[in-house]
Amino acid sequence: MRVEDLVVEFPAGRRMKVYAVSGISLDVKEGETLGLVGESGCGKSTTGRAIMQLPRPTSGRVLFDGRDLTKLKGNELRDMRPQLQLIFQDPISSLNPRRKVVDLVREPLDVWKRGTDKEREAVVAEVLEAVGLDMDSARTKQPHQFSGGQCQRICIARSLVLEPKVIICDEPVSALDVSVQAQILNLLEDMKQRYGLTLVFIAHDLAVVKNVSDRIAVMYLGKLCEVAGPDDLYTRPAHPYTAALLSAIPVPDPSATMKTPASLQGELPSPLAPPSGCRFRTRCPRAEDRCAQEEPQLRPVLAGSDHYVACHFPLIEAAEAPVAAPEATDVSINGH
Amino acid sequence: MSPLRQRKEVRRTISAKPEAGRLLEVTDLSTAFKTPRGLAQAVNSVSIVLDRGKTLGIVGESGSGKSVFSRSVMGLLPKHNVVREGSIRFEGQELTSLSNSAMRTYWGKEMAMVFQDPMTSLNPVVKIGRQITESLRYHLDMDKKQADEIALTLMKSVGIPEAERRLEEYPHQMSGGMRQRIVIAIALACGPKLLFADEPTTALDVTVQAQILNLLQQQQRERDMAMVLVTHDLGVVAGRADEIAVMYAGQIVERAPTRTLFAQMRMPYTEGLLKSIPKLEQPSHSRLQIIGGRPPDLVSPPPGCKFAPRCPYAQERCHVEEPPLVEADTPGHYYKCWYPVGTAEGKEALEKNLSAGIAQAVAAVGGDSVAAAKVEQEVNA
Repeated sequence: MRVEDLVVEFPAGRRMKVYAVSGISLDVKEGETLGLVGESGCGKSTTGRAIMQLPRPTSGRVLFDGRDLTKLKGNELRDMRPQLQLIFQDPISSLNPRRKVVDLVREPLDVWKRGTDKEREAVVAEVLEAVGLDMDSARTKQPHQFSGGQCQRICIARSLVLEPKVIICDEPVSALDVSVQAQILNLLEDMKQRYGLTLVFIAHDLAVVKNVSDRIAVMYLGKLCEVAGPDDLYTRPAHPYTAALLSAIPVPDPSATMKTPASLQGELPSPLAPPSGCRFRTRCPRAEDRCAQEEPQLRPVLAGSDHYVACHFPLIEAAEAPVAAPEATDVSINGH
Repeated sequence: MSPLRQRKEVRRTISAKPEAGRLLEVTDLSTAFKTPRGLAQAVNSVSIVLDRGKTLGIVGESGSGKSVFSRSVMGLLPKHNVVREGSIRFEGQELTSLSNSAMRTYWGKEMAMVFQDPMTSLNPVVKIGRQITESLRYHLDMDKKQADEIALTLMKSVGIPEAERRLEEYPHQMSGGMRQRIVIAIALACGPKLLFADEPTTALDVTVQAQILNLLQQQQRERDMAMVLVTHDLGVVAGRADEIAVMYAGQIVERAPTRTLFAQMRMPYTEGLLKSIPKLEQPSHSRLQIIGGRPPDLVSPPPGCKFAPRCPYAQERCHVEEPPLVEADTPGHYYKCWYPVGTAEGKEALEKNLSAGIAQAVAAVGGDSVAAAKVEQEVNA
């Protein structure tokens, strides 16, 4: 799947516009998990929904299996839908409280008239077993009789029955306790293996995203700041915003030194009137005049690497040169 | 006599003889709610002590009774269908016997509270300025001008830009982080000696969370105020609390100075909570440990250890006999377990459960999500 120059704007009355997503380009490779992180209001959920064409993006292209979803209409688009599924943040309110769980999970199959009654039943039983629920209780119970974690399992089961290629998970664990969060994260990993899924994982918690992702895209106010592999991003953040996000995460270790001065001041500017140039400049410790005038483009940190950053003064260039040299010699010494 | 004078009278009769350093002493506090199905024991004989200027972190899953505990201490429980027992001594004064009108001299002035949701804890139709000055004028008998001045200083000290203009605004004109700062300003207005922060950052973004926690810590240091920080995130309290109490099913299951707790945790529940948090320094795709199931029904909790049905270490004894809260080798470290983590007995118990293929142990050690679902079904059957 490929997203090119995606733009989503909403009218806000009085000729004003909310610039929710402004020109995002992303590749999602088959079988990978792409994490999308950012503060609330940065447009990460809107990106996820615009990929699904809910709502349709203002401009840009979403290529899926070689077809541009933004150009598809009516039945053509509808035919693509089973391959793309969404999981939402609040599992309890995304399930109809008046229906039995087994019907909820079966519904997509009924809508698409897949197979015979028996075959549908078998698919439902298999998927429910995969997510760790048993058929008997699903047949008799309604969503409110299950806990939040189990409801999220039901939502996952429901998105799996149509055998989608891509699942977009929009903050699937933010509403859950830590202990339950771990269950759902592990379950998503298992399901990814079992069904060969490609995941787009949207969350605001960088530690959660790092755990599940193969690549992470950091968003700020409708733009991408940095795209990198999770370990790269953690050990060598190039964008000042990523560094700030990392330092803000509470570490469950009392001996960890508090990185108080690095914590970000202020709040997200209004997406009605985003700052000129680099959108992060109003909160950025490294901002200079150039940041206000010229918008930084996403470019590789080093030539040919898959670590991209959109910043005029990335953190990594300064640190890179002195660190890289001794490392290289170390390797050769160890090699001998 | 004016009502204000009367209240002062009450205050005077409370002859406080504070012990040196000791601010709050809670002994065997139990709170139960009467429900149609029976008595729900939300807090079950909890004892804590808190010294001036110190921070106590209370950690647990939702439903573990941590919020009810802080509300019980504050005396903010519903009027009816509640049974509160035990003793709460604040600066030597017993609070459980006080009426609401007597408690009024404590609320805001001696102890204050910051709630989880800044969206709903402010009055939407009253200007910010008046919401801050209200308690100043009530408790400290200030005139409007004095109170306004203090409100302005407070707003500045909690880091609100353009404080003068903000005083004239309404809560809806501000972001969540700003509103939480206002709530903190209100709580700090009368200079309380004890602040309860009940999940103060759960509704906020990580970057704002860091700001708010730093603000609380800085204010606490400046004012030499004690704080009870209630949260579900061990990460939040790790760097900030002096002592941590882990709550489960209304009981304290482990209590220790922060460093001791992290270095030598004894309770399997604490271990599970810590190991289920994804950590940045782990490589991606590392398997997380799982605590299967969910906290027990408080109306009919299990007979033995309350955590036994979910515990990877649990043996027969755990299901029938409730372990007492005992002190570990390190002074000040208490835990409630028959087969504690990090001991020979604990290790043996876990290995025994693993080789028997007990779902709880498999879920914890292998992070098996399906096993965890099985535990949940069993536990709540």
